[in-house]
Amino acid sequence: MFKKILIANRGEIACRVIKTARRMGIATVAIYSDADRNALHVQMADEAVHIGPAPANQSYIVIDKVMAAIKATGAEAVHPGYGFLSENSKFAEALEAAGVAFIGPPKTAIEAMGDKITSKKLAREAGVSTVPGYMGLIADAEEAVKISGEIGYPVMIKASAGGGGKGMRIAWKEDEVRDGFESSRNEAASSFGDDRIFIEKFVTQPRHIEIQVLADSHGNTIHLGERECSIQRRNQKVIEEAPSPFLDEATRRAMGEQACALASAVGYTSAGTVEFIVDGDRNFYFLEMNTRLQVEHPVTELITGVDLVEQMIRVAAGEALSLTQGDVKLNGWALESRLYAEDPYRNFLPSIGRLTRYRPPEEVTEADRAVRNDTGVFEGGEISMYYDPMIAKLCTWAPDRAAAIEGMRIALDSFEVEGIGHNLPFLSAVYDHSRFVSGDITTAFIAEEYPDGFSGVTLHEADLRRVAAAAAAMYRLAEIRRTRVSGRMDNHERKVGDDWVVFAQSAQFPVRLTADRSGTTVRFEDGTALRVASEWTPGDRLATLDIDGSPLVLKVDKITGGFRIRTRGADLRVHVRTPRAAELAALMPEKQAADTSKLLLCPMPGLIVKVNVAEGDEVQEGQALCTVEAMKMENILRAERKGKVSKVNAAAGDSMGVDDVIMEFE
Amino acid sequence: MKDILNELEARRRDARLGGGEKRVAAQHAKGKLTARERIELLLDDDSFEEFDMFVAHRCTDFGMEGSRPYGDGVVTGWGTINGRQVYVFSQDFTVLGGSVSETHGQKICKIMDMAIQNGAPVIGINDSGGARIQEGVDSLAAYGEVFHRNVLASGVVPQISLIMGPCAGGAVYSPAMTDFIFMVRDSSYMFVTGPDVVKTVTNEVVTAEELGGAGTHTRKSSVADAAFENDVEALTEVRRLVDFLPQNNRAKPPVRPFFDSPERLEPSLDTLVPDNPNMPYDMRELILKTADEGDFYEIQEEFAKNIITGFIRLEGRTVGVVANQPMVLAGCLDIESSRKGARFVRFCDCFEIPLLTFVDVPGFLPGTTQEYGGVIKHGAKLLYAYAEATVPKVTVITRKAYGGAYVVMSSKHLRGDFNYAWPTSEVAVMGAKGATEILYRSELGDPDKIAARTKDYEDRFANPFVAAERGFIDEVIMPHSTRRRVARAFASLRNKTATVPWKKHDNIPL
Repeated sequence: MFKKILIANRGEIACRVIKTARRMGIATVAIYSDADRNALHVQMADEAVHIGPAPANQSYIVIDKVMAAIKATGAEAVHPGYGFLSENSKFAEALEAAGVAFIGPPKTAIEAMGDKITSKKLAREAGVSTVPGYMGLIADAEEAVKISGEIGYPVMIKASAGGGGKGMRIAWKEDEVRDGFESSRNEAASSFGDDRIFIEKFVTQPRHIEIQVLADSHGNTIHLGERECSIQRRNQKVIEEAPSPFLDEATRRAMGEQACALASAVGYTSAGTVEFIVDGDRNFYFLEMNTRLQVEHPVTELITGVDLVEQMIRVAAGEALSLTQGDVKLNGWALESRLYAEDPYRNFLPSIGRLTRYRPPEEVTEADRAVRNDTGVFEGGEISMYYDPMIAKLCTWAPDRAAAIEGMRIALDSFEVEGIGHNLPFLSAVYDHSRFVSGDITTAFIAEEYPDGFSGVTLHEADLRRVAAAAAAMYRLAEIRRTRVSGRMDNHERKVGDDWVVFAQSAQFPVRLTADRSGTTVRFEDGTALRVASEWTPGDRLATLDIDGSPLVLKVDKITGGFRIRTRGADLRVHVRTPRAAELAALMPEKQAADTSKLLLCPMPGLIVKVNVAEGDEVQEGQALCTVEAMKMENILRAERKGKVSKVNAAAGDSMGVDDVIMEFE
Repeated sequence: MKDILNELEARRRDARLGGGEKRVAAQHAKGKLTARERIELLLDDDSFEEFDMFVAHRCTDFGMEGSRPYGDGVVTGWGTINGRQVYVFSQDFTVLGGSVSETHGQKICKIMDMAIQNGAPVIGINDSGGARIQEGVDSLAAYGEVFHRNVLASGVVPQISLIMGPCAGGAVYSPAMTDFIFMVRDSSYMFVTGPDVVKTVTNEVVTAEELGGAGTHTRKSSVADAAFENDVEALTEVRRLVDFLPQNNRAKPPVRPFFDSPERLEPSLDTLVPDNPNMPYDMRELILKTADEGDFYEIQEEFAKNIITGFIRLEGRTVGVVANQPMVLAGCLDIESSRKGARFVRFCDCFEIPLLTFVDVPGFLPGTTQEYGGVIKHGAKLLYAYAEATVPKVTVITRKAYGGAYVVMSSKHLRGDFNYAWPTSEVAVMGAKGATEILYRSELGDPDKIAARTKDYEDRFANPFVAAERGFIDEVIMPHSTRRRVARAFASLRNKTATVPWKKHDNIPL
């Protein structure tokens, strides 16, 4: 076995590999760029080598620099993680030449699978199901109809030179092929000056399901079941699970066998993933093979109990797999949520900055539940703009899907991240979405269910009541503490009352509280009651409560006369008032939030380095208005629509905060 | 007998009606609560004890004899906030426009005298049309009597003013002499002369909101310490402030139970100061992570943002915080930030509130605007305030502490009790670049030489150890242990006594 390995990566995956290596008694070497000097993977590794400036193309993916680090530290093998050099055959070649083991597949396999056309051809030869289609030239509509009949409906008619949906038609029957062919061809000719058309099977209700394979250099190839990765936003995976809620045993077996066949055919070793697209009738078609460890590998580990990184290291060291296909048992259900430093309320714009707070839920492994968090960041760390915005992968496991989902909801509610925008609220929303819960998902789920982006969650009455009950009980505790201040008049202390009105999400809940040692009973006007029990004390920012026997986790921040409460993707300002204060508060005017559509707000704290327009200027949509420097990066702010500048509030050299008004329009 | 009791009840009812239903409805329509409703929200339930409910004016000019409403436009008395006594007056705009008459003024003076005598804060709720013109000079005399008591009470009991409606002309000078002024957005304004007079005299056209609204006074003039969305919020926040304040200048600041270990470490503070000395960071994070439960009551948040002032608790006890904010103007001192800081420091010193100072200051802001504006005297205010303060003073330098500004920011030389520095701090007469450019002026043409000289200077002075060698820094501490170290420092200073030479009063450079 290797004594020392180098991890040619950063972030969570580098940390993940280090953990396994350490458990196996292997020393680890991290590499880092300028931006990662204080990164977690550097702290975790036994040694760390600096390899250049922040941009990855000057550091992490410069083969020479990585090779130099290997030489300097005497590492015997390299784990590439994912991304960066993981599927770079030149890197595998360089390692081979230097006599250093690559913890991954042979370079021939990387090359073979790296090319879309070759890989598809190889797959077809290995007996793997591929999307049926006709790549040759099609002379006329009648030929198109004939070919379509052979492929089977529906079909997609596409321009060879196509892109952006132009020259693309979906046809469900012969007539549509005839019409579609002509119009596609005309469109292709006018748009691209190339009227070549091809036809392939149109996959309806597509799901992304992939098979994890594992192979050694002794000719053993097994698969570890599937992962479903249909929840994607613009081709970026967001939520993955294993197994898939859609596959039956027969399909799983067929897919697994084909994946293994393909792996064997290309002489694959190490861990790899064969991606399929699966239609509503469980027909599956090969997409591509990823010749590396996948981001979402933890869900497979959680249901199989196999440490894929360990297996990769053992295979690279020449060991034979200790597992046979028969040993692989899928146990329970695992989910993975990718935590991205992207602000869901600002159309998922990447968000960078200091993680002022980062408290993941506690990792646990119990008989009926598990929580795992693969992370590469820490509280006080900096999220830079140079790398992938994914900062953690939160996984839950349970005996069944429903329990795994419930575990994930609680885990997400318990995950505290402050200082940057992040997608936790969006993830929470998906886990409460009925389509997701029922497993009725396709790769279009997010596009279909959130067509206008994400604007937060509105809680249903029942959930809102639970939150209101919790807020009332917590507020009362905080008020009682206030009455224990020193300097009060003996015998004339304030008595904290039992009647309160909770204002949340434009609803009002008059409640009466009865507290005893073990909790608080919160009685609503309609006579129903909720029992609130918790260890929460004033000032705690995470409240873990038990409401009538079921758990509720809230992120709690103090606001005037109440709390800001975040839970289940909702972000609420909850006020708790005495009945009299509630009456008086009702007299307060409803103030309209200022209309910001005619304002240019500063999107981030930064320095104005340039103002391109002056008062009175007419601006066109997309025109640069000013440049804000933040984190040493110049961000050009552009006009969202045509307009006239009525006022400019900032000049070069001014520093602005988030939402400060830079300029106003008429 | 019963009839007599009923008679009292009837009169009380009459008094409580204020200006009558119509005027109350008009007050509500403006988004404002009545004088009594405000007192209800300000004080603990059922704790208000009223004085002078039946006081009425004695004016007989201009037909005033025909209207002598009970209370005379102001409700006064005492009650409790979380069980602690406060005196309160609340002007009633529904009664004669809340205008100030001789008797109105006498009511306010009565509770102020009692507050001084009994050592409890005074909270004034201002909502008044101004002087009662019908009473002429009697009304002015009433103002004068109130002003005088504001001065007598100053430094004896905390005085808090809420501006919840108009407050114009001479009337502004009573709140002006109190410790804190809070305003309500869109429904309050303060100015010495109103928009009409401004137009007549200077031809300037300005709205009341622009001239003296909450935005103006929190951002531009610094007359107000904070502004709130509405009456309910403002009163709730004043209750919160009172929880931080001592009853009087002979009492210790309040202590309340806390649920946050003084031993709590914050590893993330080790990375708060960026590697690049020219990168800003948010000092507020340090304040929040040092405070009990992250609870911070900021004073003048919107003004002179290059310095942060406000109250936190450590081990349940009130501490006043002053901190340079590197996010704004690199945290430098200037006229506005010096004034803001100085006033806050003096408030804390008046009322035995210990001072915690976080320092990251590159110096004073240069420029003609500053010099012409008198930065010398304004900067001296902060220096003076720190130097005269005898309360426990704990200082933590996080990064830059350059030049005169270093001395100003509660340095050892001004009798700081604990002067800590983070390892990232640089206590020096100026930044390395500036220093080498002066020391090696002749070598300025040679960038390599200058770079080497700069490096030398950095190595020598861009650290806390030179100051620590001299005892100007008591200890270099780890950022993550700031809360624990600071809490222990204050704990050790609970019985601090310090004396100053006898004087009638000092002569701070105003």
